Amino acid sequence: MPTVIVDGQEIEIGADERLNCIEAARRAGKEIPHYCWHPGLSVVASCRMCLIETGTRDAATGKVTMVPKLVPGCQTPAKDGTVIVTESQLVKESRARVEEALLIDHPIDCPICDKAGECLLQDYHFEHGQAERRADLHPFTSRKRDVGPTVTLFVDRCIMCTRCVRFTREVSGTSELMVTSRGAKEEIDVFPGYPLDNKLSGNVVDLCPVGALGDKDFLYQQRVWFLKREANVCGGCAAGCSIHTEHNQDTVYRLKPRENMHVNKWWICDEGRYGWHHLHDASRILEAGRRTAHASHQGNGSSRSSFDPVEWADVVTRLHDDLTSAGRLAVAVSPQLTVEEAWMLCAVARLIDADAYLALGFVPMGGNDETFPGGFTIRGEKCPNRIGVEKVLALYGAGDNSWTDLVAHVAAGKADAAWITSGHPAAWIETATAASFNGLKQLVVQDLFESPLMQLATWKLPATGFAERTGTWVNIAHRAQSFGQAIRPPAGVWPEGRLLWNMLGRRGLYDPVAIRHEIAASSASFAALAGDMPATGIDLRILQLASS
Amino acid sequence: MPPFKPVLLEAVGVADGNTLASYKSRGGYAPLEKLLAEKKPGDVVEMVKASGLRGRGGAGFSTGLKWTFLPKDHPGPIYLCVNADESEPGTFNNRILMEDDPHQVIEGTIISAYATRASTAYIYLRYEYPRSWHRLQAAIDEAYAAGYLGKNIKGGGFSLDIYLHRGAAAYICGEETGLIESLEGKRAWPRIKPPFPAIEGLFRKPTVVNNIETMACVAQIARRGIEWFKSIGVPADPNNPRDPGSYGPKLYCLSGHVEKPGCYEAPLGITARQLIDEFGGGVWKGRTAKAVIPGGISMGLMTESELDTPLDFAGPGKVGCLGLGTAAVVVIDDQTSIVDVIHNSCRFFAHESCGQCTPCREGTSWSLRMLERIKAGKGRLKDLDLLAEIGNTMGMMPGSTICGLADGAAWPIKNAIKKFRGEFEDYIKRTNPSGWMVTEPVPALQIVEAH
Repeated sequence: MPTVIVDGQEIEIGADERLNCIEAARRAGKEIPHYCWHPGLSVVASCRMCLIETGTRDAATGKVTMVPKLVPGCQTPAKDGTVIVTESQLVKESRARVEEALLIDHPIDCPICDKAGECLLQDYHFEHGQAERRADLHPFTSRKRDVGPTVTLFVDRCIMCTRCVRFTREVSGTSELMVTSRGAKEEIDVFPGYPLDNKLSGNVVDLCPVGALGDKDFLYQQRVWFLKREANVCGGCAAGCSIHTEHNQDTVYRLKPRENMHVNKWWICDEGRYGWHHLHDASRILEAGRRTAHASHQGNGSSRSSFDPVEWADVVTRLHDDLTSAGRLAVAVSPQLTVEEAWMLCAVARLIDADAYLALGFVPMGGNDETFPGGFTIRGEKCPNRIGVEKVLALYGAGDNSWTDLVAHVAAGKADAAWITSGHPAAWIETATAASFNGLKQLVVQDLFESPLMQLATWKLPATGFAERTGTWVNIAHRAQSFGQAIRPPAGVWPEGRLLWNMLGRRGLYDPVAIRHEIAASSASFAALAGDMPATGIDLRILQLASS
Repeated sequence: MPPFKPVLLEAVGVADGNTLASYKSRGGYAPLEKLLAEKKPGDVVEMVKASGLRGRGGAGFSTGLKWTFLPKDHPGPIYLCVNADESEPGTFNNRILMEDDPHQVIEGTIISAYATRASTAYIYLRYEYPRSWHRLQAAIDEAYAAGYLGKNIKGGGFSLDIYLHRGAAAYICGEETGLIESLEGKRAWPRIKPPFPAIEGLFRKPTVVNNIETMACVAQIARRGIEWFKSIGVPADPNNPRDPGSYGPKLYCLSGHVEKPGCYEAPLGITARQLIDEFGGGVWKGRTAKAVIPGGISMGLMTESELDTPLDFAGPGKVGCLGLGTAAVVVIDDQTSIVDVIHNSCRFFAHESCGQCTPCREGTSWSLRMLERIKAGKGRLKDLDLLAEIGNTMGMMPGSTICGLADGAAWPIKNAIKKFRGEFEDYIKRTNPSGWMVTEPVPALQIVEAH
């Protein structure tokens, strides 16, 4: 195994790994500060913050020969015998000088800068810079300009690392951003009439190590040190990108990509990034309701949609009783539900009616898959867990039943009651389809928003959004990712899992991990879910591949 | 010193010396035909290597050795770039060659392309040389018509196309990888090395970048032989194994405060004093030199007492300069303020820094603004220490930035503060009598629009 010596500490790296000195030093627990380098972008070695001393150790004699100058760690490959010195006096001075140079034209407007608190310029200055500002030159202009619908550029905060420029050239392939002018007058800009407007544009804000690129959606909404982050999975499409949901006091403020080399690498699309606002939409359904028999006697036209609120503890029993007395049951298992919720829903359905008709819920589609030059793909299937739900349905012998099948089943009069789960953020069913459900004895609709189907419902149940759930989703590439709840649902709303857990007669608090272990233990297709889940998820086919 | 007859500048003063007919009448292109018929490319590389020719563009790297870095048996294409983006202040030798004897350059280019197995050569010409452009293009057209360029040159089976490319007037395009980026149509940001251009250069193919004057020297080596070339110049220092010697004639660009400025051809190793006195007619108006720039401002400054330094590749380094550079010797007389000289130098580099590396981008601009402050009568003695430190940070030798521009920007500052510190101190005390001694921070100066 190749051995790299970092500040005297020997570490082994993989024989076929291609690491640079920054990555190798990180393995040894040494942080080499850097601005321009990013693992997902080409190397330009221009910020000069990662300058280190390197050398080679002769394998035979053990003699170390140092390179007589500072070299950028990002550009220098770590090979067998590479010696890396990250803390010599020369290196420290070089870092202090680079920090000093970067702050000459920087407005240092941290009190009004959104980046403050998560800014590399702040962090590195604190760690590597010097207290005195020797450049007593006239500060600073503080200009900003729009570069696109999602991003504002604070021109003078920029340190010219060009990460954003490289992103638009190498990953999104749209090349909107560029460097104009020369020397200290350099600025990032767009060409007039060609704004930064692509489906991945928000990523440049994450890439910016300083506060130069501001996300309009997040700008001045919250100080970052108030934010708490929860590892989540984006529910926007079937790609299932790993994200961090950043929130405070049960309010989501922004979503950030979470590095996952198996799924989204370092990126997410704007659709996912800004796709959380429905969570805080005022028109969400917030309480469980049961249409009363005498509702239509009220004498006004809108009484059709009036429900009597039902306490959650009563929902558990009354819903069970209503469905049991109705007769033949059909259930749509939404691809928004987690594997655990889907599994419990099927169990509850079969408990109520041993022959209950189970089917996959509505799968929203939004065009074709779109792959960008950097390899990032936005899926046309706009739900997170179709594969997971299909695998659960297969356990119940209903693997092939689609939403269309279920609609036909109900329209053909083969069901007396239906339980339709949804949770789609956008409108998903039109009046004509909903009409097929007219005349059922019981129609349970569990959804985020009002819909034509909800107009017909006898039971109205609120659904929860992606950051409010906990459980496991399986993306289109069969990768299962478990996640926790980032924020609590709006007051009074029970997540689907809690309701189903109680309807199954389980005791105590809803425990999705216990359910996941039960599923894994009882089925080959979910066997990989036994044990702890890695943060980057696990490929459900891994055991099948190994055994075949 | 024996009388020296110009070789590279042979055509200067000859009527229509820039034409093919004139060049052939002086013996041109015959060596090329002979060489194409008799020598293999490898032999030509060996010939140039044996001649001891070092690149004339500034760094002084062995030309033949550079050619051997090209990968062997590469399927091609291999490119030859000829650097005519002559932008170092005070340098104009390429211009004389291109205007007065373009065929010499073209013959050297053909020979070099043959040696490096390049079938395409690009001449990257700086924008400000319209006459060079016209004359070089005319000469290229003549060479095509006469069968020295194009397919199957003189029946020898070797083909070469030369394209003349005009830059858009940026100093950084003279840096070899900046030139390559610019040729590719990109912003001229020098590339990180490795890979070096010989492995991956223009259009990601092996590339050699040579200076115009180097091309002319190659043509003369082919015509007059290795022995002739090695008979001129300074042999290697036996006490310094890293000095390969400085052989051949060199075009010195003499300018500034001399009686007869101009481009003079002399053997490498002539001293600055000889150059000024024998060729330049001495410092003008009977004055004495205060400082002399040995090879373009980025090489730093020599004082009057250092003028006996030989101007070969090793000489200027011995007196604290960066090197011979482009051999653009600029004389600064004793009536000139060094503060003005350095201010002008800082203004140039702040304007020309490409802006990629932080130390260079910010350092050039910071040093300019400090000089602006000193010039505005608000300098303090402590500024000099800071200036020297900025110089050291930018030019942390050897090269802690991607290209050498930062070193070039730092050297005059470092040299001037070391060699002329007294004058800086006098200037500051005289222009800022009440504040020169202040050491605590002072209210910031308004930004001065410098470029």
